[in-house]
Amino acid sequence: MSSVTVRRSDLRYRIGLNLRSVVGRAYPRVIGANREPSWIFFEGFLPLLGIAAYVFIYEAFGRQAIATLTDPAEIAVVQANTHALIATVVLGGTMVAFWLNVLWSMASQLYWEKEIGNLQLYMMAPMNRMALLGGMAVGGMFMTSVRALSTLVAGVLVFGVVFQVADPLALVAVFFVTLVALYGLGMMFASLYLLWGREAWHLSALLEEPIFFSSGFYFPVAGLYQAGAWGRAVAIAGAFIPATLGLDAIRQLTLGSTAFGGRYWLLSVDVELGLLVGLAVLFLILARYALAYLEMLAKREGTLTSRHQ
Amino acid sequence: MAYAVETRDLTRIFSGKKRQRMRRKAAEDGGRGPVTALDKADLQIREGELVGLLGPNGAGKTTLIKILATLLLPTSGEAYVAGHDVTKDVFPIRQRINMVSGGETSGYGLLTARENIWMFSQFYGVPSKVSKARIDELMHTFGLWEKRDAKVRMLSSGQRQKMNMIRGFVTDPDILFLDEPTLGLDVNASRVIRDYVKNWVRGQSGKTVLLTTHYMIEADEMCDRIAIIDHGRILACDTPSNLKKTIRTDTTFRLEVDALRDTASFTSIRGVKNFSSKDDIATNRTHLTFILEDEAPVSEILSRIAGQGARIHSLRKTEPTLEDVFINMVGRGLE
Repeated sequence: MSSVTVRRSDLRYRIGLNLRSVVGRAYPRVIGANREPSWIFFEGFLPLLGIAAYVFIYEAFGRQAIATLTDPAEIAVVQANTHALIATVVLGGTMVAFWLNVLWSMASQLYWEKEIGNLQLYMMAPMNRMALLGGMAVGGMFMTSVRALSTLVAGVLVFGVVFQVADPLALVAVFFVTLVALYGLGMMFASLYLLWGREAWHLSALLEEPIFFSSGFYFPVAGLYQAGAWGRAVAIAGAFIPATLGLDAIRQLTLGSTAFGGRYWLLSVDVELGLLVGLAVLFLILARYALAYLEMLAKREGTLTSRHQ
Repeated sequence: MAYAVETRDLTRIFSGKKRQRMRRKAAEDGGRGPVTALDKADLQIREGELVGLLGPNGAGKTTLIKILATLLLPTSGEAYVAGHDVTKDVFPIRQRINMVSGGETSGYGLLTARENIWMFSQFYGVPSKVSKARIDELMHTFGLWEKRDAKVRMLSSGQRQKMNMIRGFVTDPDILFLDEPTLGLDVNASRVIRDYVKNWVRGQSGKTVLLTTHYMIEADEMCDRIAIIDHGRILACDTPSNLKKTIRTDTTFRLEVDALRDTASFTSIRGVKNFSSKDDIATNRTHLTFILEDEAPVSEILSRIAGQGARIHSLRKTEPTLEDVFINMVGRGLE
């Protein structure tokens, strides 16, 4: 073109372009989603009710067990385990927010964007597709962290949970890598959901409750090992969801690896962190190639835009 | 001369999804096969031109724009935007283009109009400061300044379309695709958009617009050249005046008559090159436009109308319009 704007394509320009794209796409989730104060009730307070149900059950079991004991040492063990279970539930209830966000606001997002007409505008822009997914993920992490933190604080205050963090750096590392792996999985799902269309909603619904169970959101997941072969199979399958390993490691780091007598942890924190890093890399690579392939497929099939557009 | 847009034998066939294809095959209905949306379409648009694409629904206008916007792959043929192949070299194309469609519902309802436009500008790497300055200027121009901080979900459809137009211009594209940008807008909003687009192309060098529209007057008023497309084929592409000259030797008659039961028989009248009819339900009348070789068939037309018991309310011989050109080429009106 002659006298039109000069267009750059060097590496520095491309990095700037994609960083701006990440910020741009994260913006609606960071700013827009927090504009409606109703989230405090729906996403801060309501999850507490789910947590409370488990807390009351574990407390009742604890009281029942103590009622049959006379030895103060045994009573102390039961009380410690009950406390550890309640803390486990509060942590799990906090992480639920991330899993739901990955399922409903990451995985299904591109399908939803297509329906409202945003997807074609995204796909027409020069940004890298990973910047689009990255922006969605960064925004989702921030938005959900605010909600999860409010649930955690409320849970700690209401149920009197006390955490003992011996290694805060390891805790931050595990939490961060868990989120990257979890949102990497969400980015991969987002690409696949683009192919499946409406069926994607069923898959999200299908993955919700079973993952709560197989990832041990409301109990130490290694407890499944006590349930025989099927329990072990479920726990191993669940370990492919980063929340499973991440939650197990976070619980070890906040309750102490000796909690529950040290019998209910899947693997050591170091091993779990290593596996999480591996999952994060795997999911990000798969997301990159899945989206590139599915974009090409959608351009060939003519399904990148809604029928009415 | 460099072409901003060039297509050669561009063809796009929609065969549907595998499951749909199998279902169709099983149904053995015979009538529904793959749909040819573009059929060897040839189009050249020079840098700095404002070209209109006129065609009825399903003619292939949007398909052509989607291919040029790198959103759809052609089945065969070639398409180049700013000299780059739309199937192989998309990055430099995407840097240079933007697209705005009529009735678009893009953006996020929780963001303000200003924030939404800014967000889309980031996907093109426009620095925030530059983007915000452009948004403010464009909001004044399009009369949306008062609504700059209103959430998108609170905007009317006209205001929303103005926001979409600003989204299209804020990235300073070299080539802009406008797919029925004034669809459903009131007269004033349409006027603002038309004026801005015309000034944008003519006020600076190297800016190109490909516009699809249903409104003949809009195409006539705005476009340097008009391409007429039907059944995926570009039937003609020329300036509005040259297109009108092609039927200047013909005679155009317009009639307003009582509602007619049968209009198909007019095609059999000798000397009728083409015609279109439009029923007006409000007045219970039919508006007829005839392109005739000469005035000889008029008496036969009038007698057939009378034969149906319909009264003639008006009869006018007119200069050819773009609509007449369209009827002559396509064989029917736009609506």
